[in-house]
Amino acid sequence: MKTAGRVLLMAIVLVAAAAPWLAPNSPDRQFDGYLFAPPTRVHVAGAGGGAYFYPMRIVSRLERRFEEMRDRPVALAWFDGRLLSSADEQAPLLLLGADSYGRDIFSRLLYGSRASLGLAVLATLAAMLFGAAIGGVAGFAGGTIDEALSRFSDFVLVLPAIYVVLALRAVMPLVLPPGRVFALLVGIFALVGWPIVARGVRGIVASEREREYVTAGRALGAGPLRLLGVHLLPATRGYLSTQATLLLPSFILAEATLSYVGLGFPDTVPTWGTMLHDASNVALVADAPWMLAPAAAIFLVVLAVNLLVQGSGRSPVQLEP
Amino acid sequence: MGRFFVRRLAFALLLVVAVSSSALLLTRLAPGDMTSELGLRARPEEVARTRARFDLDRSPAAQLGGWALRAARFDFGESFLYSRPVGGLIRRAAGNTAVLALAALAIATLAGIPLGIITGSRRGALAGAIRTASLVCLSIPPLLTSLLLLFIASRTGWLPTGGMTSVDAVDAGWLAWMLDVARHLPLPALALALPLAATFERLQAQAMTETIHQPFVVAALARGVRGRQLLIDHAWRASLRSMCAIYGLAIGALLSGSFVVEYVTAWPGLGRLMYEALRARDVYLVAGCAAMGGVFLAFGSVVSDLLLFAADPRVREGQTA
Repeated sequence: MKTAGRVLLMAIVLVAAAAPWLAPNSPDRQFDGYLFAPPTRVHVAGAGGGAYFYPMRIVSRLERRFEEMRDRPVALAWFDGRLLSSADEQAPLLLLGADSYGRDIFSRLLYGSRASLGLAVLATLAAMLFGAAIGGVAGFAGGTIDEALSRFSDFVLVLPAIYVVLALRAVMPLVLPPGRVFALLVGIFALVGWPIVARGVRGIVASEREREYVTAGRALGAGPLRLLGVHLLPATRGYLSTQATLLLPSFILAEATLSYVGLGFPDTVPTWGTMLHDASNVALVADAPWMLAPAAAIFLVVLAVNLLVQGSGRSPVQLEP
Repeated sequence: MGRFFVRRLAFALLLVVAVSSSALLLTRLAPGDMTSELGLRARPEEVARTRARFDLDRSPAAQLGGWALRAARFDFGESFLYSRPVGGLIRRAAGNTAVLALAALAIATLAGIPLGIITGSRRGALAGAIRTASLVCLSIPPLLTSLLLLFIASRTGWLPTGGMTSVDAVDAGWLAWMLDVARHLPLPALALALPLAATFERLQAQAMTETIHQPFVVAALARGVRGRQLLIDHAWRASLRSMCAIYGLAIGALLSGSFVVEYVTAWPGLGRLMYEALRARDVYLVAGCAAMGGVFLAFGSVVSDLLLFAADPRVREGQTA
């Protein structure tokens, strides 16, 4: 089970890294006449031997009905700068259909994984760094500092995280360039995520502090910073990796939720959240289920992490969004 | 024991006060205010009048003080968005959220706990199937379940897609209204309940596996206690202690999850109201929503304490838990 989770996670990371090569189309290119086009069906064995497909032609704009042009098959080009693409510039290969702007959903999904995963990973690292620093100081210093820091992190922990994220994001200017949104979201997620890390680190540091090796270190003249950084914090490594598996999926979801409600990335940036936002019209999605593809991607990541957690003998929990 | 509850109540009160005042201050101190909702062509005197109406011309401290004094008499100010007293708006929305959350909690409990007892005490195909289903459900958070259920509902027409009532049900009398709400409730409630049920199942299974290997269960088995009685009266009762703590956390999860579900399925609850208020910088409505959220959280922690009290005789007899 653990191996399955690990393999799945590795595969997702690899796909995200290789997105420009794997994606058949540019994620921003809008194909005229392909709005809400269904996924292209690829036929494996053609007359000439290679794989081919029939390009789509819109029949009714009102009903969004498409028809394959059976009389002109288009061959697939392998390794033409990309892994797989259409040989004809004008007839796009849409493996998961097109969205409301006629953009290739499959390519956007691949590119979107970079923003969504990158954001979640960075935010997780930031939250852990922040939490380890504060928890370490609280556990090492003890006394009033410990009391104040612990009370504060307990207070933040009680709050439902998504509301804190929502409130912090909503009070910032709504329209920002994508780069700023990325930095802002990393900051907000780290702010919301650190207390849960800090509490555990504090407990471990406070108990490790009493051990002989720390006394020995102190006797040898190690200062508080050296004791904390070199001797105490490494003891929290196992705990931190556990926390990472909790934080990562919840940050992916937080991005998706924010973008879904229109407080995350602008629509032009492909992320799993903005893609779901595009799929928020129920009436449209009923006829175009491929627009829910990002939901499947999020599911796969969360499943991979849960498999990892379950495989290492703990219970995966879903107590935050 | 009395002191314990007094302390918990004091904590609850503090939580409500802290949450609502920090929400008010955050909204107030953030750049921009509600007057931008009036449009670019709003006359300066109108802007000034609106600012005065919501105390934005006073200092943040004076505004907070004035609000707190009035809130102590249950006057929560007026909403800018709805031009109505905040108190009434909050009561309505909180009622709707409570209905949704209680329905979800009931479903999650009735499904999760019995299934957890099975998977925690048995091996075999059935337990394996439940475990797999639970792992899958756990990987579909409320954002995805609500989108998915909405998609299924719009494809099949089994359930209404979103909202809490139909348009014509408002004037049709009390009973018809209740029936209409009951028809709209299953979709959001199920969306909220599925991940929670899976969480309950996993945690109950873990607690069950832990208790079933304890000496007192083996002793009961040796005394001739068999089957269901051993499982329920002895093992399950002892595992309840750790489950009670989960219920306190579940309230937070329900509140977080209900925001997403309410947004996606257009359920007019507290989460949606909070979102609208935040987007419009509706100061008093934000503070009111936050206060109500705090009440929910405090209520959850008190209920969890009471459950613990009922389940564990050691707590009743005044020993520390």
